[in-house]
Amino acid sequence: MQINNEFKPKIVAFCCNWCSYAGADLAGTNRLNYPADVKIIRVPCSCRVNPMFILRAFQRGADGVIICGCHPGDCHYTSGNYYARRRITLLFSMLDYLGIERERTRLEWVSAAEGAKFSATMNEFAETIIKLGENKRLEDLRCKAE
Amino acid sequence: MQGRMIEMAKKLLGDGTVNRVIGWKKGEFAYDITPAVFENAEEIDADFVYDDFCGHNLSKYLIKESKKDGKMLVFLKPCDTYSFNQLIKEHRINRENVYIVGIPCEGKASAETIKEKGISGITGISSDGDNFKVNTIYGDETVAKSDVLEERCTVCKSKKHVVYDELIGEDGEVNENSSRFDMVAKLENMTADERYAFWRNELSKCIRCNACRNVCPACSCENCVFDNPNSGVSNKAAVTSFEENMFHIIRAFHVAGRCTDCGECSRVCPQNIPLHLLNRKFIKDINELYGDYQAGEESEGRTPLTTYTKEDCEPSIVNERGCK
Amino acid sequence: MQKLSMEKLDELFRKMSEKQAVYLPVDKENGAKFEKWSEGTKMSQALNTIRSAKDFIFPQTENLVDFKVNGKNIEVADTREECEDFVIFGMKACDARSFGILDKVFLSEPVDTYYKNRREHGVLVTLACTKPSETCFCQTFGINPAEPEGDVSTWIADGEMYFEANTEKGKTFIESISDMLEDCGTEKVDAQKAKINEIMRKLPLNNLKTDAFGGDKLNELFNSPKWAELSESCLGCGTCTFVCPTCQCYDIKDFDCGNGVKRFRCWDSCMYSDFTRMAHGNSRNSQLERFRQRFMHKLVYFPANNDGEFGCVGCGRCLAKCPISMNIVKVMKALEG
Repeated sequence: MQINNEFKPKIVAFCCNWCSYAGADLAGTNRLNYPADVKIIRVPCSCRVNPMFILRAFQRGADGVIICGCHPGDCHYTSGNYYARRRITLLFSMLDYLGIERERTRLEWVSAAEGAKFSATMNEFAETIIKLGENKRLEDLRCKAE
Repeated sequence: MQGRMIEMAKKLLGDGTVNRVIGWKKGEFAYDITPAVFENAEEIDADFVYDDFCGHNLSKYLIKESKKDGKMLVFLKPCDTYSFNQLIKEHRINRENVYIVGIPCEGKASAETIKEKGISGITGISSDGDNFKVNTIYGDETVAKSDVLEERCTVCKSKKHVVYDELIGEDGEVNENSSRFDMVAKLENMTADERYAFWRNELSKCIRCNACRNVCPACSCENCVFDNPNSGVSNKAAVTSFEENMFHIIRAFHVAGRCTDCGECSRVCPQNIPLHLLNRKFIKDINELYGDYQAGEESEGRTPLTTYTKEDCEPSIVNERGCK
Repeated sequence: MQKLSMEKLDELFRKMSEKQAVYLPVDKENGAKFEKWSEGTKMSQALNTIRSAKDFIFPQTENLVDFKVNGKNIEVADTREECEDFVIFGMKACDARSFGILDKVFLSEPVDTYYKNRREHGVLVTLACTKPSETCFCQTFGINPAEPEGDVSTWIADGEMYFEANTEKGKTFIESISDMLEDCGTEKVDAQKAKINEIMRKLPLNNLKTDAFGGDKLNELFNSPKWAELSESCLGCGTCTFVCPTCQCYDIKDFDCGNGVKRFRCWDSCMYSDFTRMAHGNSRNSQLERFRQRFMHKLVYFPANNDGEFGCVGCGRCLAKCPISMNIVKVMKALEG
């Protein structure tokens, strides 16, 4: 989105309910800043994230998509994030193969205690996306606001 | 070969081992062959054919056919047996209702490639093994079989039957030196912009006919997400590149780890989009990141995406690996 | 009749492009395709394009209308644009006839104004076929590839292109390029026509007849036991429908853009499981019924409503493209015998 010629990226963060969403919460209670352009979508587990969710986020105007889950070994459901890791790796590799900027997608493990990491990750990711600019390669022109 | 197959089909029908046969039926011309079910010796004598144009993978039909009453005889080429095994693994085929006869395959030819050479008005095609003699109303032509093979056959991964009840001829070997990943590697070595341009050019040809999906043995969902009006995809409205990307990424992803690389998607594409390059990218990645894996080789066990190890690489490996 | 040296073809396209958009078949890596002429574009020698010319008058996807939501108000915006004049150059006889078939659907009451707008702005310049293929059977439907319909017919013989106008629109078009053409006799073209007719007699589908079909054969054809066998290996894809020059069924799809709704008309295929899905569900639940629908439409329902004209032009695209090589020719032969 362009506001006064300044690029304000839209970022979608899929956060697992048990770790990363609580991590975001902690960042909030500790008054750590992260960009307001990060829209958090809470999911029960990182492995709930269907590749279609990620593509759909880009379609609906996201410039970057980040998936956050419990650290490997800490999954509330024991192994969900291990499955997610394989799927997301293959999906990211495919997007890269299709020539879509690989910096637009990221996966980070953030625990409930890592409020600072959550805030730092989001700030850094937003900066990366600002450098990359608007998502053009996976955009759907129908969804661009006029 | 055709003679021995007909003989066997008639014998198994006659002694009651099976009550029907799925094979290939000859068409109007020398090449327009249709998969068909035969129920008696007369039908087999009249229309059964097995030649260089019988490329169709019959495993897909068994999802439906094996649920019917009685046992069915099916002729499977080596690469079709991989699809069959994979479907067994996914509990999509009723194994006891199928009698598999493995048949050898020396590579299948594409009538479309013959026509692309400017040959038109075809009235007959005969083969001497290495060459086709093509009779046309404009005169006779000769083409080398090796020049008109389906892409998948030029990089054949295996001539071994991974499942069968009976075999006609000798079983072949897995081809360890298949060059099927060469084009994927070539794309990986391009820049992101070049890759984007390549895929935009290819995927923009897509006419949303769904032939790739419907022919795919791995695409066995009862109701595809792209056919579900409540799923929010506007698949038929071909107005943005997004829907094209979405369809092909999601389709390839859904068969990742299950795709045996039978190549049917690329064979049937009316626009000749090299769809196998999407599937092979996943296969290549799986081989490199999680260890060599050939879908369909086994009829039991887990696929790479339904298992994991604690030491798996992180997705950030995409940034570190070969792709420019 | 007038003629032009083939060497001057580029010059002709340049001149035509000054007044209107010119579309012509161009060779691509996967076969010929209609493209807009620009400097350097060469006309394809291929027998026909992979996709038919119907896109020009009935595009695969068309934005009919937009709905913009503003609080409690919904604004309805007409998105249609005035169509520019265009020429389709080098269409074949089969595709030219298909426009007549589509006209019967879209120009009968109530007239489809989106279609009419495009149809009126287009001039069809057809080209006689020189090298028909084994999949061609246009003559079954009374089409003569040696004498293609359209606003202007053309022939290529001995390095020259011959022009003849068939309609008022065609005459106006010829006048606009008349300073490049020279008058000539019809001998060369007559010889060319004879040559094409000679080839047509040799084609393998030359003897395919429509006698067993038509609006009055509904019950016997609908109830034929042969549909089961014919449709058994159909994959239910839409390839035949989407390469067909006469298939005209469409679906209306609303797309929620977040800030409004876009309404699209897009090609649909009767082979699809969601075709004509209504609130109560689907009217044709098996592939047999869907398969039968496509061929009954072309061979029975369409002639029943259109003075006996069949809904097929014999272009052979479905013969070439069907993944399992099941097609209208096989259906006709099975049903009549």
